[in-house]
Amino acid sequence: MAGVWRRTRPGQRARAMLSEALFLQLGYNATLVTIGAALLGVAAGVTGVFLVLGKRALVSDAVSHATLPGIGLAFIAMVMAGGDGRALPGLLLGAAASAGVGLLGVSWLTRRTRLGEDAAIGAVLSVFFGAGVVLLTVIQTMTAGRQAGLETFLLGSTAGMLRSDALVIALAGALVLGLVLALRRPMTLAAFDPDFAIAQGLNVRRIELAAMGLAMAITVIGLKIVGLILIVALLIIPPVAARFWSDRVDHVLALSGLFGGISGYGGAALSATAPGLPTGPLIVLLAFAIFALSLLAAPRRGVLATLMRRRRAGAPGAGGR
Amino acid sequence: MKIDSTRPKAHAPVVAGMPAADTPPSPLEINGLTVSYGDTPAVNDVSVAFRSGAMTAIIGPNGAGKSTLLKSALGIVAPLSGQVTCWGRPLARQRHRIAYVPQRAAIDWEFPARALDVVLMGMYRELGLLRRVRAPHLARAMSCLARVGMEDFADRQIGRLSGGQQQRVFLARALAQGADLYMLDEPLAGVDAATERAIIAVLKQIVAEGGTVIAVHHDLATVPGYFDRVFLMNAHAIAEGPVATAFSRENLDLAYGGRLAPDPAGAAGARDAL
Repeated sequence: MAGVWRRTRPGQRARAMLSEALFLQLGYNATLVTIGAALLGVAAGVTGVFLVLGKRALVSDAVSHATLPGIGLAFIAMVMAGGDGRALPGLLLGAAASAGVGLLGVSWLTRRTRLGEDAAIGAVLSVFFGAGVVLLTVIQTMTAGRQAGLETFLLGSTAGMLRSDALVIALAGALVLGLVLALRRPMTLAAFDPDFAIAQGLNVRRIELAAMGLAMAITVIGLKIVGLILIVALLIIPPVAARFWSDRVDHVLALSGLFGGISGYGGAALSATAPGLPTGPLIVLLAFAIFALSLLAAPRRGVLATLMRRRRAGAPGAGGR
Repeated sequence: MKIDSTRPKAHAPVVAGMPAADTPPSPLEINGLTVSYGDTPAVNDVSVAFRSGAMTAIIGPNGAGKSTLLKSALGIVAPLSGQVTCWGRPLARQRHRIAYVPQRAAIDWEFPARALDVVLMGMYRELGLLRRVRAPHLARAMSCLARVGMEDFADRQIGRLSGGQQQRVFLARALAQGADLYMLDEPLAGVDAATERAIIAVLKQIVAEGGTVIAVHHDLATVPGYFDRVFLMNAHAIAEGPVATAFSRENLDLAYGGRLAPDPAGAAGARDAL
């Protein structure tokens, strides 16, 4: 294992850069961005737990792709109003609006037509993303000239991020995190045993909508750093990895937040070491590394533990249910 | 989400068949309830008042709408028409006094929850959104598990329990609610004999302490041994009353359409017919 690490390790200077980035010594802005990414990761990991437990993980993929036309329209609207088309709060508002329409579209198609949720997700995802790409193409031909950077919402980029951008992301992430933690009991009950939850007087439909709304908020907040194509990974991979380590919702929540936070922090720090390194993919790759480690090494549920249990039991396939 | 811990405890047990004038208000009174899935009514204009302090079985053939009756009474399934009152007041104001044990079929058994966590879910209403689970809550949850004989499995993930053990954990969750009315949907379906004995013992204890039990039941042979009263239905209501009178050949023929050959009391073939 150590040999592999040594061979793939970057050069001396890059290594120094990395340690500077990891220990937040790359300057005030980079530090702020890294902390923002870490907070986003924590919020995404915690929010994603209820998405995965409610078996709605892919709905968030449709929702994230549905942000793109909103970004384009918000840009055009802000330019036509004579402002700077790249103002992040405006772009995020537009993204949230069209993501909301996408979410309602999935839910309407699922309830009111014979389409299954998978087909509804496919339809909404592709139509909205297609519309968004067309809008971006139109924007490229506009004379406004300040369109630079909208395509960074696809894969995320921390390069050229403003201090205020990082602050918006950190604050919104903290807000979503607080809301998810406050609603964890109703959301747990609604995901585990909806009939019991209703009998307890909970409005399960509204709770599920709140869970989706919070995931949508993470999607929108994460657009700048992770990008709309990969944000779903930051919502899903940490909870799935955390599930390997514990049979308790509260522990899974804490671990998932931790895994998401490490991914966000590490990915943002890594991407700051060299110009042009895409932030979103790095964050997702780190999350995947944590997932792979969990899959292999987790006690009892991990692959190695299962293999050892089978060997000890003497017969392959003798594992528990 | 808060519970009023000073609420009056349940009424004293009532002997089955007592005149209606002396009985306390019904914990669950259903009036003209109709529920439909598609075109066919699953529950058709059912009116019934369940007796306080009794253990009542809801019986009827498959597809008779027994589970649907419970679900619509609790607002889980929306009825087309009808009213539900609990202790003479709207359901919404009495939910804290009602514990529901759903069928196990709908549960995701991979869910990250141990037996103890499932029991604690019965206290979420009381804990509210933010209050921490403290030692007294844990102690109460453990004592509920002990009442159903599951205290040794508190740390076991719910999917790694047997069907009977899972059912006992769900009963423990209902106990943790500290309710006055227990509504159970087929609590004995697919459980082992030991679990069946344990569940019935707990239900009888609830009634002995003044609570009310309503359970969808499928095994006619055990009705006289387990229950005080029966409610027979087949989409529409057929009869409600003490086992001694309402659990009659005539009513069973009405409910099951004459398809049940054996005598109801101690019927050997009843299990197979269902």
